[in-house]
Amino acid sequence: MTTQVKYKSKPLDCWQWGKELRLEAYQDLIAGHEQGKLMVLGCAATPYGILAGLGDFVFLAGEPYGASIAADPPFSIPCMEAYEAKGYSRDMCGYMRNFVGSMYLDKYYFTGGPFPKFDFAWSVRHCPAGHPKWHQIVSEYQGFPMNYIDDETMLSADGDPEHRIEYVAGQYIDSIEWMEKVTGRTFDDEKAIEAMRNYFRNEALWGEVSLLNGAVPAPLDIKSMFALMPIAMLRRHEKVATQFLETLKDEMKDRIANQIAAVPTERYRMTMLTPPPWSFLKIFRYLENFGVVFVGTYVYLINSGEVKFLLDEDKVIPATVPEERPGWPQIKNREDLCRTVARWRTEHPFQSHLDTRKKEFVIIFHHWNGDAYLLLLNRGCVPMTTSMYDFQRDLQQHGIPVAMFEGNFADCRDIDETGVLDRLEAFLEGQGIQKLQGF
Amino acid sequence: MITAGIDMGAQVVKVVILNDGRVLARSMAPTGFEPLEAAQKALDEAIKQAKISRDDIKTIVSTGAGRKAVTFADKVLTEVTADAKGTTWLQPSVRTIIDIGAEEARGISCDAEGRVLDFAKNDKCAAGSGAFVETMARALEVKVPEMIELSFKSTKEAPINATCAVFAESEVVSLIHAKVEKADIAHAIHDAIASRVSSMVRRIPIEKDIALIGGVANNAAIVDVMKKHH
Repeated sequence: MTTQVKYKSKPLDCWQWGKELRLEAYQDLIAGHEQGKLMVLGCAATPYGILAGLGDFVFLAGEPYGASIAADPPFSIPCMEAYEAKGYSRDMCGYMRNFVGSMYLDKYYFTGGPFPKFDFAWSVRHCPAGHPKWHQIVSEYQGFPMNYIDDETMLSADGDPEHRIEYVAGQYIDSIEWMEKVTGRTFDDEKAIEAMRNYFRNEALWGEVSLLNGAVPAPLDIKSMFALMPIAMLRRHEKVATQFLETLKDEMKDRIANQIAAVPTERYRMTMLTPPPWSFLKIFRYLENFGVVFVGTYVYLINSGEVKFLLDEDKVIPATVPEERPGWPQIKNREDLCRTVARWRTEHPFQSHLDTRKKEFVIIFHHWNGDAYLLLLNRGCVPMTTSMYDFQRDLQQHGIPVAMFEGNFADCRDIDETGVLDRLEAFLEGQGIQKLQGF
Repeated sequence: MITAGIDMGAQVVKVVILNDGRVLARSMAPTGFEPLEAAQKALDEAIKQAKISRDDIKTIVSTGAGRKAVTFADKVLTEVTADAKGTTWLQPSVRTIIDIGAEEARGISCDAEGRVLDFAKNDKCAAGSGAFVETMARALEVKVPEMIELSFKSTKEAPINATCAVFAESEVVSLIHAKVEKADIAHAIHDAIASRVSSMVRRIPIEKDIALIGGVANNAAIVDVMKKHH
């Protein structure tokens, strides 16, 4: 493969706006208390728009904070060491180790000031045992209460889904009463409904934006997607996120129409299943020297975003919001809201069974016009690494080339950078891809 | 056309000079801490053997862990590609290659043209490599050739279960203290290496013929146990 096409390229027009929105979300965590906002800790997959029923709030999702620290080894390593000094082992969740270490050091990454203080933790039980235990450490250290929604039952393919929806919806209703009790605030159903409408809309928009990257050349590369994703992940409940994502979507359509590429030398398209090692983002820049563009990762298509997989048709399409789906009721009150959230979660690809997920990996690969997958054996996240060899085999059986490497998405000490680049270079050579001339 | 290939390995740099596919000369030199100088020295030696001048060489291709250090090379190839091309050139029936070098082991699946179909490599672990063999020989207080001879005299199985070179060394020390015969320990060491490498290679499709290459392929004891594992 020696043909070298050079596409037009330019930075995103909305890039600066995106950066500002992202920073605002993190800075809010420092000024939040002074502004009378509730400070809430949870997992990124939590439908935290519900919290708007209690008034203004700031929600810190642990994962993106852990990832942000991971991208900066001089900050991350002392955090890891502070965590390990408390007697915790090095093989636990990498995000958690960065997060909790930052708390022990009382250093907040985005300002260098003290670590935020939370009013309570409220979350879905993402990563069944891991995240609640993580938040428990923070809760016991800072002395705040925590409440969790057990929605792992959604993963079951057996039994009547109505029972599961009722089980989970009931927990949301109970947890709202719990939040009223611990905050002393009265819950405003209307505000929660409005914020959750934004949340659903923004998830669908982020999914749609991600799907647009199926165009050749790709209008956005994975690095830019990672940089903009915190808006979808942390500000899903806000109108401003809708405005931004609509603008981004329009700009991507414009780039597609005018063949404006994220990587002007694009000639080989790779996709991922998981987050990357955050301290090693240069891997993407390095591979651009070979004309490789990374067009997306499955995990952020369905975590912060929502799409609709049509498994029987081998297709993926943008998701609609619940109230626009046939047979779904309008949300009029708290019960409707909790039931809609529970039902929405049952159908969300985030909850896909592993066998379904394998089909989705293949569908999104073809939608993104991929040439190969890059898989990470992630020492920093056991759930994300479980079944990785099974996934590799399944993808290869579908004729999809797969490169795999070992590393850690949150601990730079677990990555042999030279070895990984060497491995990828060998993989690309096998695919007939050599370093481009002039690089 | 005269061409030269330089394999800048972790311990040894190997050079071969070809004239239209026929081997004119070969040489080896320790890589040491000055890989560029080592490559130059090995190339000079091969040029001398081939009775040619440097200007006669039209293309120089480098490969190996230190391939990028060979700044005078015209082309650079990864070891995986070079293994597949080189092995199938020598043995066209080979479809699976197991390369055990000083620091790294890898398995490669390839087609008849020497194109790489899939490969697997050990990650940050010396337990299936030449360095491991040397470390274990030191633990047994014998030289590597002696350890190979001892291995063939083994009469009993001795377990080495660790998947890490450091812990495996500790197990060897425990076996020595338990008065297990050196021959049995030597065999257990070779069996452990073969087991690590084989389990890694099973990640790729294994098709016959299988070739074992790399410095460790000179270790007859490893070859013997590898045959049992495959």
